[in-house]
Amino acid sequence: MSVGFVMLVHEALNRAEQVARQWASHGCPVVIHVDKPVNRQDYEGLVASLSDLDNVQFSHRRKCEWGSWSLVAATQDAATQILAEFPDVRHVFLASGACLPLRPVQELVAYLNVRPRTDFIESVTTEDVLWATDGLEAERFTLRFPFSWKRHRALFDRYVRFQRWIGFQREIPESILPHLGSQWWCLSRQTLSAILEDPDRYYYDKYFSKVWIPDESYFQTLARLYSTDIESRSLTLSKFDFQGKPHVFYDDHLQLLRRSDCFVARKIWPFSEKLYKNFLSPDVAGLGATEPNPSKIDKIFAKAVERRTTGRAGLYMHSRFPQEGFEKGKTCAPYSVFEGFSELFEDFETWLEKAVGGRVHGHLYAPERVEFVDRQPVFSGALCDSAEIRDYNSKGFLTSLIWNTRGERQSFQFGPKDNQDISWLISTDPNAQISIISGAWAIELFNSNMNFSAIKKEAGRLQRIELAHLKILRSMYTKARVRIWTMAEFVEAPMEPLQTIIDEIGQRNVRRLTEAPKMVNLDGFGQFLQNLKNQGMQAHVMGDFPTGNDTEQQVSSRRRPYLVQ
Amino acid sequence: MNGLKIYRRRLQRKRWQIRALRKRRELTSVRNVTAKIRPDDVLLFVTLRNERIRLPYFLKYYRSLGINHFLVVDNASTDGSREYLEDQDDVSVWSTDASYKRARFGTDWLNWLLRKYAIGHWTLVVDVDEFFVYPFCDTRPIRALTDWLDASSIRSFGAMLLDMYPKGPVAAQPYGDGQNPFEIASWFDSGNYQISRNEDYGNLWIQGGPRSRVFFPDTPERAPALNKVPLVKWQRKYTFASSTHMLLPRGLNFVFDEWGGEKVSGCLLHAKFLNTFVEKSAEEMERKQHFASSQEYKAYYEKISENPDLWCKWSEKYINWRQLEILGLMSKGNWA
Repeated sequence: MSVGFVMLVHEALNRAEQVARQWASHGCPVVIHVDKPVNRQDYEGLVASLSDLDNVQFSHRRKCEWGSWSLVAATQDAATQILAEFPDVRHVFLASGACLPLRPVQELVAYLNVRPRTDFIESVTTEDVLWATDGLEAERFTLRFPFSWKRHRALFDRYVRFQRWIGFQREIPESILPHLGSQWWCLSRQTLSAILEDPDRYYYDKYFSKVWIPDESYFQTLARLYSTDIESRSLTLSKFDFQGKPHVFYDDHLQLLRRSDCFVARKIWPFSEKLYKNFLSPDVAGLGATEPNPSKIDKIFAKAVERRTTGRAGLYMHSRFPQEGFEKGKTCAPYSVFEGFSELFEDFETWLEKAVGGRVHGHLYAPERVEFVDRQPVFSGALCDSAEIRDYNSKGFLTSLIWNTRGERQSFQFGPKDNQDISWLISTDPNAQISIISGAWAIELFNSNMNFSAIKKEAGRLQRIELAHLKILRSMYTKARVRIWTMAEFVEAPMEPLQTIIDEIGQRNVRRLTEAPKMVNLDGFGQFLQNLKNQGMQAHVMGDFPTGNDTEQQVSSRRRPYLVQ
Repeated sequence: MNGLKIYRRRLQRKRWQIRALRKRRELTSVRNVTAKIRPDDVLLFVTLRNERIRLPYFLKYYRSLGINHFLVVDNASTDGSREYLEDQDDVSVWSTDASYKRARFGTDWLNWLLRKYAIGHWTLVVDVDEFFVYPFCDTRPIRALTDWLDASSIRSFGAMLLDMYPKGPVAAQPYGDGQNPFEIASWFDSGNYQISRNEDYGNLWIQGGPRSRVFFPDTPERAPALNKVPLVKWQRKYTFASSTHMLLPRGLNFVFDEWGGEKVSGCLLHAKFLNTFVEKSAEEMERKQHFASSQEYKAYYEKISENPDLWCKWSEKYINWRQLEILGLMSKGNWA
């Protein structure tokens, strides 16, 4: 008993010849269907080159078009022919010209001999189909498709929409339940002949000839009527990408294909010299009775599809530039934004770096220059500290920075004096952890040597900016982890919020903080705010800062031992 | 998209096509072996001037990728470039003494040659100092890529220009005839690019890299564009709009995905920053044939002639395309 191959060929005839020869010379009959558009000369060349093998035949040539009935008709012809001409054949294996056997054909024969009545055909109901990508899983059985998808796409789409709109439905023959699956199958003589010799075949053919891509459903559906033992999987390793076109194998897939243990793979790029040479060589290593195991290949191709559809989160580049809202992750990793901390605490950056690790930058969006960690002129990814370059594409600057430093947490300072362009970006980014001590910007003014009227003006400006920023952070669109304290609240009990923030970053410290950052001297700050108020500038983002006893409070707070057990 | 805009772009395209037609008179065929071109061949188009020293490696590199025919416009070379090219079997040469600038930096000449010889072919349009890198380029010839693009109904393929530079002063290590330029200029900036969308033509506009960092830190908007669409399956109605940065019809510029996925893309390694460039930039300033007329570019060329060091401690050393893909400078997309 042997297996016979039906080969559908439309290009790369030289490769088809090699493969057919491989099978035929090992005692497996082959019937080849060559697509009608292939020119006569090439066809005759193929016939002549295989004329030395008496178990290779050619079937009646039809013009085949992808997605149309012609492919099924061609398969029917060739299958009928092989069953009639080669009575020894027990299984018929449908292959294409781009298929390549990966294991010696004797192993396939032995494999099928152990399973004499099994039909290997992927066949699942339309509800369970995961791969169909055109949204036509069920509708391919109930609509009409008179227009070519390849040549008249617009007409095809429009006609589908039209039928949906008027609610057109074809009737599915009662005796069948539509099933879909890979068009590359291996059926037993019993099942295949039952399908081909069915008294109702005329009606089935008539119905399926108007189904969309019938080669994925004709045998898959009808096999269910006759088969006693269906293995719903294909013996051909064939992967499809998200547009439903087959993945192609190249020379560099050699090892991968070897380890897949599959019998036949498709589709092979015709110029993959190394693959053809290796797998068609007479001493290709046998694997005995090993089961096919395509999972490794599955993984690679699944990843490829994911890359094409989802991409790498947080990456903006010349072939991935998502529109706003479609980023699937605005940035690639979590980061922290601190507002007001470096104003309230002395040398906050150093302290934070000790506490949480990673990179702690200064004000990345400072007006004069980018304050990278240690004030480096250039940082990861060769980002430049020029404020002009940064502001030229301020959001891109942040996403680039986070992308460039993957694997290392970034924290930076921010405040109302900085470029505010990124407010929406960070507030809507789930990766951002934003902690704000509102009003802390006033400390710098408080310590400055400016004239009071200038201070007042500047305070008014900064407060307006901060209010706008806070409004964004409090909006309903915010996805960042935002914590806002007024300065008054924070000064009251600084350790607790700090501990929370640092626990959340949670890189290094699982212990309690042992050392708090040193707060700047706030003696007279309350009075300073009062003066602003007295001059008509209502500074309120700091919260209710006590005016009178602040000195006392500050003294005590400075003396407070910052060792918390 | 309103009809008027579409119509205006159509007119623009026609205008450029007519311009290319007009500019064809400036080209003199020196050696035309285009009869050898077979229907499946992948073609390469290039305009050059005085690049004799770069040519051997350039041709070797692209032959090894599987380019079948080179079509070259020689813009009045005096260093034997033309003679060298005439000796090559797979090179057709046209020469011209006309102004490079007035041919829109060679675009008009190439548009004409493309229209005449490239229709139906996959064509790569590059400069002599640009080296095309695409996913799997070390194991798969360019034909594998173009076959795959054909099967996926993709008409154009994007690549970002990646400026490469040596460590130390640009001119410190002299480039030799036939040498791989990336033995010297093996460093690049991995993540300082600014991308924005050009709504009119649909393409992305990318700037940044070492040129922006070193030469245009105060005026980043003046930095040269790095977005390119070098590989196109040419059709009669296509035309390059501005160098190879963008094309018309604008659908060809959509080489990126805007819904979060990644399309397949490559890079053009730009071996500009070698000693030859420092020497040339003086001459270029003289000729004013580049974008050199503006003040910024004068400053740019002046800085270059000072032989600067573009290297910094965050520069990456080039290894292979996989490195570029990991860094996010190109993508395999769904080609596996």
